[in-house]
Amino acid sequence: MFYREAGQYKASYGADQAIFPIAQDRFVVLAGMAVAFLVVPFLASEYTYRAVLIPTVILTLAAIGLNVLMGYCGQVSLGSGAFMGVGAYAAFNLAIRLPFLNPLVCILLSGFVAAAIGIAFGIPSLRIKGFYLACATLAAQFFGDWAFLRIKWVTNHTPSGSVNAPPIQMFGYDLSSPTATYLIALTITIVLGLAAKNIVRGHIGRQWMAIRDMDIAAEIIGVRPLFAKLSAFAVSSFLIGVAGAMWAFLYLGSWEPAAFSIDRSFQLMFMVIIGGLGSILGSALGAIFIVLLPIFLNQALPPLGALIGWKISTATVSHFESMIFGALIVFFLVVEPHGLARLWSVAKEKLRLWPFPH
Amino acid sequence: MKIAKMVVTGAAALAAGMAIAASSAQAQGEQFIPGLVYRTGAYAPNGIPFADGVADYINMLNARDGGINGVKILFEECETGYATDRGVECYERLKAKGPTGAAYFSPLSTGITFALTEKAPGDKIPLITMGYGRADSRDGQVFTWNFPLLGTYWTAASVAIQHIAKEWGGFDKLKGKKIALVYHDSPYGKEPIAALEIMSKKYGFEFLPIPVPAPGSEQKSQWLQIRQQRPDYVLLWGWGVMNSASVTEAGNVNYPRDKMLGVWWSGAEPDVVPAGEKGAGYKALMLQHPAGKFGIHGEIDKHVISKGKSLAKADDTGQVLYNRGLINSMLGTESIRTAMAKFGNKPMTGEQVRWGIEHLDLSAARIKELGFEGMIQPLKVTCADHEGTRLSRVHQWDGKKWNVISDYYTGDDSVLAPLVKDVAAKYAAEKKITPRDCSKES
Repeated sequence: MFYREAGQYKASYGADQAIFPIAQDRFVVLAGMAVAFLVVPFLASEYTYRAVLIPTVILTLAAIGLNVLMGYCGQVSLGSGAFMGVGAYAAFNLAIRLPFLNPLVCILLSGFVAAAIGIAFGIPSLRIKGFYLACATLAAQFFGDWAFLRIKWVTNHTPSGSVNAPPIQMFGYDLSSPTATYLIALTITIVLGLAAKNIVRGHIGRQWMAIRDMDIAAEIIGVRPLFAKLSAFAVSSFLIGVAGAMWAFLYLGSWEPAAFSIDRSFQLMFMVIIGGLGSILGSALGAIFIVLLPIFLNQALPPLGALIGWKISTATVSHFESMIFGALIVFFLVVEPHGLARLWSVAKEKLRLWPFPH
Repeated sequence: MKIAKMVVTGAAALAAGMAIAASSAQAQGEQFIPGLVYRTGAYAPNGIPFADGVADYINMLNARDGGINGVKILFEECETGYATDRGVECYERLKAKGPTGAAYFSPLSTGITFALTEKAPGDKIPLITMGYGRADSRDGQVFTWNFPLLGTYWTAASVAIQHIAKEWGGFDKLKGKKIALVYHDSPYGKEPIAALEIMSKKYGFEFLPIPVPAPGSEQKSQWLQIRQQRPDYVLLWGWGVMNSASVTEAGNVNYPRDKMLGVWWSGAEPDVVPAGEKGAGYKALMLQHPAGKFGIHGEIDKHVISKGKSLAKADDTGQVLYNRGLINSMLGTESIRTAMAKFGNKPMTGEQVRWGIEHLDLSAARIKELGFEGMIQPLKVTCADHEGTRLSRVHQWDGKKWNVISDYYTGDDSVLAPLVKDVAAKYAAEKKITPRDCSKES
């Protein structure tokens, strides 16, 4: 009833190929964006911005980037943390070496640097696949860790190896307030997210999916594996690199190589798997799940414990957080192996028929 | 139907949780002090005793005096696990609690300190980084909100070289010798390198930096390198599990332990006890205070430990890191007291506490009154010098306990001051900060 498409006639190719062909989807997406842009800034506290919204929005973009590679093109990657780092350090170097560039321009340009590095590390994917490719991308991760620590030029010879982001300004206005930071991150994520959505449903995305589903068959029908795989690495690394630059400039402000370690790669991989492989919406849901759940558990457990008269120590809370978080990941993967995005599409199917399922 | 039900239940549970989280008591007239701790993870063996010391001193003040000058202290911990992003989340969560917000932050992590250094000026909350953090942040003209009280890593490097020179019989004996630095490969471990490089030029010894990737439990190749290169002395800049691994590996390759000198974060019980017999003879700098019990421990026992209000075991309360936690809280609360003398006996804002730290002046008599006699020397913080004092000693592990083996050394400012000035000026230029004029500060 709520989700009936009956009566929505598509009279042109344009309407048929629209990014959201169903009116309800269009409405939901527009309403969601309106809430994110117009309502949230009036409701959110500084804590919500800095600890919840900004990291979620930025990691959503990184998860979309990884999903392009893993979910759409089927190339397993464990190097996404390093590509985030490449973006962050590229933006840092652009900002200090070309001081006339606006930091926001540096963030966007850093994506191209990350894309170039991504292509370089994507070359082995032409020969190896599956678990072997995961090992090869792991090399990218270790190379990144090494380069950020050891090549002094990358960190501008700072004695400690920790670097700072320049202040975010535009046309003389200071944009470091939490609201401004959130809106900048949200704008970049939505614009690039929609771009990714359009790429994956166009001819490039279809090539990726053909390669993912069966690379030999794809090659026989005329998909060039070289172009398809490397373009997936390039687009994915671009998105992850921009997310990394935002993570450094908009969220951390000052960072060390440990911020882009192998843990970050695994975190992004969990987001993509839990959210749903091959789904842009799933990337966002996965990022929300992975970022918010630990924070929520960490804060909700002590008051819940107090309800039953149990004073939980900080250490116990932290242990419980890890246990419940792990248990929930297993639970979700058992109940819905295709990720949170699949839950949504099941709900959509049901809503179409509701209340008369037969 | 089933899904709709699930969604509703889930949303209800979420809302309930949020409501509970929001309703945690926010009493009026209390001073809020946050505690960024790590009681879990690779660094927990060192994080736990420090966190216990910090909490116990504050609980003792609340139980004995009803807080500071009658203003009760509200204390809350947040687990960072030594991870920078979790530390930032904790900071954001705790910075606005209590009627006047957080008094100060002490993250006990160089990485988190670097991240908070960017945020503290905007939020007007001071950072007390006692014996860690940015070494250049001692320059209060550039780093208005940072207070690396009691000593920075550059001070530590200077004192370490002085001690080695003394053992060898003078600075001229350093010439031609080889001194290695085994360090945690993070901003923390890299901090002393700049100072050591300068001193290596000045005194003519060869400096050999050897990085250990975090967390540092695997050090076979590093110690093999030491066996090949045969340095005359090894400085150790580790934290958590890395320290005990270093001491054990030194034993395995038979590098003499009494030719090893750790920084004050590599000189506590958890660092040497796991190494067993192999630890005997190992030396470390002291952040002034030794292990053991002093006047303050009587008060802590009486008001906190014996009442069962502490997480620490009674036997462990004389440990190095526990004592350091006590000192951290004492310096923080005394700064609040200093601020109250100017602004009145009410909860202080971060800005007022910052003024208090900058005017902290602990005399020997006051230190004795507080029960810290024998643990720290008098210190005076000024606008230009946020370190307050540059004193350190050396203690040695005999296999069972730490013994103080040296007198006080003072960090050599003829080496350190120009370096601080240079690096702080570079930071100010990068961040477009105009240094304060200290002669105009009240």
